[in-house]
Amino acid sequence: MNLMLTSLLSRAMVPCLLAAVAVVSGCATIPADAGNDARDPIESFNRQVFEFNDVVDRAVLKPVAQAYRFVLPEPVRDCLGNAFSNLREPSNAINNFLQGKAIDAISDTCRFVVNSTVGLLGCFDPARQMGLEKHNEDFGQTLGRWGAGPGPYLVLPILGPSSVRDAVGTLVVESYLDPNFYINDIPVRNWILGTRVVDQRAQLLQADDLISGAALDKYRFIRDGYLQRRRSLVYDGNPPPAADELDSKATAGSPPAADPSVKKELVPPQSGTPTK
Amino acid sequence: MRFLKFILLGLATSTLFVAAASAQTSSAAPDAMVRDLSNEVLNAIKADKALKSGDAGRAQKLVDEKVLPYTDFQKMTQLSVGPGWRNATPEQRAALTREFRTLLVRTYSGALSQVSDHKVELRPFRAQPTDTDVIVRTQVVASRGDPIQLDYRLEKTDGGWKIYDINILGVWLVENYKSQFSSQVNSGGIDGLIKTLTERNSQLAKKA
Repeated sequence: MNLMLTSLLSRAMVPCLLAAVAVVSGCATIPADAGNDARDPIESFNRQVFEFNDVVDRAVLKPVAQAYRFVLPEPVRDCLGNAFSNLREPSNAINNFLQGKAIDAISDTCRFVVNSTVGLLGCFDPARQMGLEKHNEDFGQTLGRWGAGPGPYLVLPILGPSSVRDAVGTLVVESYLDPNFYINDIPVRNWILGTRVVDQRAQLLQADDLISGAALDKYRFIRDGYLQRRRSLVYDGNPPPAADELDSKATAGSPPAADPSVKKELVPPQSGTPTK
Repeated sequence: MRFLKFILLGLATSTLFVAAASAQTSSAAPDAMVRDLSNEVLNAIKADKALKSGDAGRAQKLVDEKVLPYTDFQKMTQLSVGPGWRNATPEQRAALTREFRTLLVRTYSGALSQVSDHKVELRPFRAQPTDTDVIVRTQVVASRGDPIQLDYRLEKTDGGWKIYDINILGVWLVENYKSQFSSQVNSGGIDGLIKTLTERNSQLAKKA
């Protein structure tokens, strides 16, 4: 949803946003070890933006998404969701091509043609029945495929979790690959963009409780999930195993604190092995 | 935020790993074991309305009775806690494992209502017969929505293959808890982490 929002945010809004972030972010709680993780050197700043986004979500986006879900019946929402997803196909195709996956790129192109016509502007997905699988690609993944690491983790105002690499891919390049941005009628274009954002949010409503329940620290739960997910996407679901070593190095930076409640003699000698 | 949508779908189907019904032989190949386990769990969820509506007690029971034999929750907890585990007493280790397991079952059982006509397919499995630590890759497909990648990491033990980590759409569960756990241990020690987990679980129990 990142790229859709970008056009909603005109340049003039950026200073306003930054000011608003500064006001709201006073409430963000920053843990003592913030910034120790090599993948997230600007954690304190990111947490403030995260807090700001949460406030905006609760005040505006979530209620609107709830209303959208309440008003529209499921088949209609499915149709809209499919149609919005179909608008991503040109980007999928171009990025697959840029990553050297010509067959996938052709498949994405076929999907776009079939679903835009037979599938009634993407409302249905007949291409899937024809065996054309969907690929989710974007320019952030292409940069990753070309060898660029994610760079520091970044939480963007309104847009949410990202990284320096993905922000460049999304904010700079992706908007040129989305048919929505070629609609000349500005009100129509913005209405479609706005609805896409709301549709995305509505699909996430059920995840809210789950994440609040499962996460001890929502910020890090989402951050670590985002970084892992993106790495997996860059390698199309099969990242090289080196990932684990790199990641554990990143978290191993903070030494374990001595626990005063543990007596020395109770420490089992075979450190690292589970007691059966 | 797009990835969160996938995570939700993934969580829904990931409950597969916490439940299974059949008498697997301990010598079964890991990929066959995961396949059979997944299918039986899916069938169990589809057949049980209470389970499907997110009944945490029911889910807990299913896990305790059926899944435990195929899962090494202690290893899962140990890896998530990281270096702090070394300094933990056996009692603390047991408490951590118990509370972490409860948290996972409680939160994930809420996602069961997402299960509809899902099916599990094994993805290509590459392992040597001598391997004792393998990854089994699967994907969960339904008539609606994109396929969900769901992978399992298993270790060969004296009691057969045991699952000790699960990957939902590219996100390993253990990896996703490491940083949160180590932060808790650094500020409040092992007991601090146990306390946080216990409090969270009792909050969730009240909500249900």
